[in-house]
Amino acid sequence: MSEALMSDNHPVAGAATPRRAKRSRRFLRNPQAVISTLVLVLIGGAVLLAPLLSTDDPGAAELSKAFAGAEPGHPLGFDSAGRDVWSRLLHGGRNTLGGALIALAVALSVGVPGGLVAGYYGKWFDALANWVGNFVMALPAMVVLLASRAILGPTMWVLMVVLGVLAAPSFFRLVRGIVANVRGELYVDAARVSGLRDRRIIARHVLIVVRAPIIIQTALVAGIAISLQAGLEFLGIGSGDLPTWGAMLNEAFQNVQRSPLFMVWPGLALGITSAALVLLASALRDVLEDGDAKPSKPRAARRARVVASATRDDAGPRAALLSVRDLAVSYGAGTSAVDVVRGVDLDVSEGEVVGLVGQSGSGKSQTAFSVLGILPEGGRVTRGSILLAGTEVVGLSEKGYHALRGDVVAYVPQEPMTNLDPAFTIGSQLVEPMRLRLRLSRKAAAERALELLRQVEIADPRKVFHAYPHQISGGMAQRVLIAGAMSCDPRLLIADEPTTALDVTVQAEVLELLRRLQADRGLGVLLVTHNLGVVADLCDRVAVMNAGRIVETGNTEQVLADPRHPYTRTLIDAVLDDAPARPAWVAPRADDGTEVPA
Amino acid sequence: MSSVSPEPPTTSVAPPGPRVLDVRDLRVSFPGKGWRAPRVEVLHGVSLDIRPGETVGLVGESGSGKTTIGRAVLGLAPVHDGTVQFLGERIEHVPNRRRRRLSRDLQVIFQDPFASLNPSIPVGDTLAEPLHAQGIPGQEARRRVLDLLDRVTLPSDAAQRLPREFSGGQRQRIAIARALAIGPKLIVCDEPVSALDLTTQRTVLDLLLEIQEQTGVAYLFISHDLSVVRYMSHRVNVIHRGLIVESGDAGQVTTAPRHAYTQRLLLSAPVADPAVQRTRRAALDQRRAEENA
Amino acid sequence: MSRFAARRLVAGVFLLFVVSFVSFVLLSIPTLDVARQLLGQSASQEAVDAKNAELGLDQPVLARYARWLGDALTGDLGTSWFTSEDVLTAIGHRLPVTLSLMLGVTLVTALLAFLLGVWAGVRRGPVDRFVQVLGVVGYALPGFLVTLVIVLVFAVQLRWFPAIGYIPLTTSVPGWLSTVTLPILSLSVAAVAGVSQQVRGSVIDVLRQDYVRTLRARGLPPRRVLFRHVLRNASAPALTVLGMQFVGLLGGAVLVEQIFGLPGIGSMTVTYTTRGDTPIIMGLVMTTVVCVVVINLVVDMLVGWLNPKARAA
Repeated sequence: MSEALMSDNHPVAGAATPRRAKRSRRFLRNPQAVISTLVLVLIGGAVLLAPLLSTDDPGAAELSKAFAGAEPGHPLGFDSAGRDVWSRLLHGGRNTLGGALIALAVALSVGVPGGLVAGYYGKWFDALANWVGNFVMALPAMVVLLASRAILGPTMWVLMVVLGVLAAPSFFRLVRGIVANVRGELYVDAARVSGLRDRRIIARHVLIVVRAPIIIQTALVAGIAISLQAGLEFLGIGSGDLPTWGAMLNEAFQNVQRSPLFMVWPGLALGITSAALVLLASALRDVLEDGDAKPSKPRAARRARVVASATRDDAGPRAALLSVRDLAVSYGAGTSAVDVVRGVDLDVSEGEVVGLVGQSGSGKSQTAFSVLGILPEGGRVTRGSILLAGTEVVGLSEKGYHALRGDVVAYVPQEPMTNLDPAFTIGSQLVEPMRLRLRLSRKAAAERALELLRQVEIADPRKVFHAYPHQISGGMAQRVLIAGAMSCDPRLLIADEPTTALDVTVQAEVLELLRRLQADRGLGVLLVTHNLGVVADLCDRVAVMNAGRIVETGNTEQVLADPRHPYTRTLIDAVLDDAPARPAWVAPRADDGTEVPA
Repeated sequence: MSSVSPEPPTTSVAPPGPRVLDVRDLRVSFPGKGWRAPRVEVLHGVSLDIRPGETVGLVGESGSGKTTIGRAVLGLAPVHDGTVQFLGERIEHVPNRRRRRLSRDLQVIFQDPFASLNPSIPVGDTLAEPLHAQGIPGQEARRRVLDLLDRVTLPSDAAQRLPREFSGGQRQRIAIARALAIGPKLIVCDEPVSALDLTTQRTVLDLLLEIQEQTGVAYLFISHDLSVVRYMSHRVNVIHRGLIVESGDAGQVTTAPRHAYTQRLLLSAPVADPAVQRTRRAALDQRRAEENA
Repeated sequence: MSRFAARRLVAGVFLLFVVSFVSFVLLSIPTLDVARQLLGQSASQEAVDAKNAELGLDQPVLARYARWLGDALTGDLGTSWFTSEDVLTAIGHRLPVTLSLMLGVTLVTALLAFLLGVWAGVRRGPVDRFVQVLGVVGYALPGFLVTLVIVLVFAVQLRWFPAIGYIPLTTSVPGWLSTVTLPILSLSVAAVAGVSQQVRGSVIDVLRQDYVRTLRARGLPPRRVLFRHVLRNASAPALTVLGMQFVGLLGGAVLVEQIFGLPGIGSMTVTYTTRGDTPIIMGLVMTTVVCVVVINLVVDMLVGWLNPKARAA
């Protein structure tokens, strides 16, 4: 059997494209990235070429020219001391950007290796470095810089080294966090088992992951370093007469009443440089960190009104509890829309358990979500009709839906642990819907919640009632979710793979529980599952789904014993229940080279 | 919930003959959470052995310690006590250098084919990793990578692509190819198909069987699914709460188990035949009633 | 919860101790000859030595630190070397100015940032774009540059507020308001930008959680799901960022107080650090660290209250 038959196989992408090329193309196509890079290159170039672009000595003061306007050779005029503003701006940029570069270099060379070692090896170094990092981050940088100045004297370059040390924890934490995560990845374990040295694992598997975040963080920290550097200079505690953007701003600010325009040039230089760095960082984030996060679709598109289409005759009479006809669900809009459900007919009567079976990606969960009106972001019903206890729910408002959820239709999800709100106790999560939907008093609702917990066979209901979700096991959480689904006496239960995340012995108990509750209350159940054993255990009827369509529907016994559709046949053949056990091992022949020392 | 069975483990006598892997009284413990918390022992003295070309199944539920056994054999979990002999050599505390050389003969396939391949490294480079680690030159390594892809029935242009361009089943084939790269004597298969769809699962299992027939590699096959273990294994060990409670030939353990826990495990898994499932359910109910009585 | 608080408190006190020790040792590196500065260049060597002895500078560092620590524990931070002011009194005069700034900024930030962040996260669309642009602008522009622009526009051009000076709350409420409005506004820009981004991000994140879907499926009205469940879960990370912003604000206050001529501990830091007045600098560093420790403690408690899992950690 070829795998290409299988529904889960995503079409394999066409031509293989080297990733690096793709990235640079993405970069060039991102206007924000290109423009901010150009701006930075321009500023960097101008500052580097300062002696060529302006022949004036930035320190040479000509008092007679104080506050004089622009003149040939002096495009920006003169400052309060009669010094050439253009020259000061260029040379000031050298000092400001140079200082920031020093800080950045120190931060990178302390933070990145530290983070790598701490994240990869952990142990005492990690504990110590982490403490030091938190310690440094808890100190306000400006105050520390001022205190350092008192100790180390007013040398800007030394202060920039201190700033680098202060900024190092931001790299350390970033790198350490990512590396510690990567360290736990199975592919790193696999590389170790493959016989790779730690050095090589770090170079191949770890650096590749931290590279992009480090580049982004570098742009951000550069911005911060520049602004702190300028801030220090602005306070007038830098290196005295050295021209910097911050010092220029300070001088301009002294004369703000006389000539506020002097603040414009250094202000612009500083603002544009910092803004370009941050914009570059955010553009790099889009370029480097996978452009999967597409902009959200406008709300209107998601709310597109769908009118229930006329019932087709060939699908038979419609069941009273749940009747789905010609349901289609799509994700995305326009040409990029993907149809995940393409014309599903499905009925569930009162007291009936219907299994919806299929492999991952077949559209079975999407069908269930459509009935409940809880399709994930981007998904929408594009066609068809869903009658829920006689009410058409396709195109129904959230308010209209709200009247049906809880007491007509209820939902048991797949993953027990992620479906309970971690911030509230189990009890309060059970009580809340009952108070709202059944208008019970707090006390009555609490009593009913305890009764429900008892009904789902929880040994100590009172303890669980007061527990938080992280304090209970997965099997227990699934019982709580079933109790929650039952709490407002629904007529239809939609269970989406309710036992998939559970161990098989717990699964048997939960299936037993579902069976009992269903029989006691005459519930209709739509059971979404991939497990044919679960279907055989619980379902009266079964619908088999493949690639968004139902390929076969029928009585469970009939479908499992005598499938009509080839796809159903394939599914049943893949079940290993009846496969013979492997015969006993036979010693390998001596000549096949597997001789093993005893 | 599940109760600890008071019965002693049911173990058949280990058959004679040479062993690829011999694990004796293995104990593994991890540091407790919090400062000065006591260590938590997850394996309480586990023994198992594998002969050349044999598949030994290890079945248990989450938290039973089955994955930890595999990781301890691979040197990824700290062995606290007991011995692990591989090809006659004790490897539970070997230095890194020796451990790296072991990778020639001892390999792994992990459960999650999405997490076990680095998403940003092309498949060919991942496959070449173990070859380079063993000092096989580039040209030769490239040829071997194509061989490997062919062996797991993937097209040769797969080498230039990234893992995300493959389906779950295809990724697991890549993981198998990586494990096969140097021609190992033993592969630890840690839930290799439990993340896959039913039909894909079958094809991957058949590939593993075929490879075993061709190369005579031995498998330590870890799974929570008794039917998968039965299909794959010559002998089966059932593990429960860090102890092996039953071991024996696959046919016996998976159809006529002796230990109460194995019996419950077997009855708990529903089968895809409503009539059979009804009788199994009744049997399980009866067991439960007996246990509660 | 109380054990959790106690642990954090102990950690905070330990931090204070370490900072005081490190700062004291570093400050004792003799780069500035304080005694000569005090007495003038013409002072004799004997006089300088005598002054050094008077200040205790002839003692070993550890002995001096022990004495400082002993005094500090009894609530005595010493007197300024240059002005003979009592350190605690001097800081006590100026702290309320800075604290009122901080309080104002925190209130403005908490209100605006949560409003904008939740709105952007839930509604997306134009509000979302506004919050994103604000985030970039607030992050991109150096804080003191924003302050200068605000001064230029509101004080120099429009003359709505005084550009400089401080009127205590106890003297005149409107006067106080007119002097702190611009400083608070200046400091709030970056804080609102940062925190609203975080709120937006975590709201979007929480809205995608499975339990939100399940709560909707239980029949809870969307508004209730948003305000009770989403907001509570999204608040914890936002509060952490707010706490970190606060540390940044203490630094930002230095520049803002200097620009607006406010007599807070920020401007005090600038004045005294240039002279190497060890007792005052130690007092200022301790004050700052106490502020940081208290804020972190409050944030930790709030996060622990919001998120029961964090309590166990």
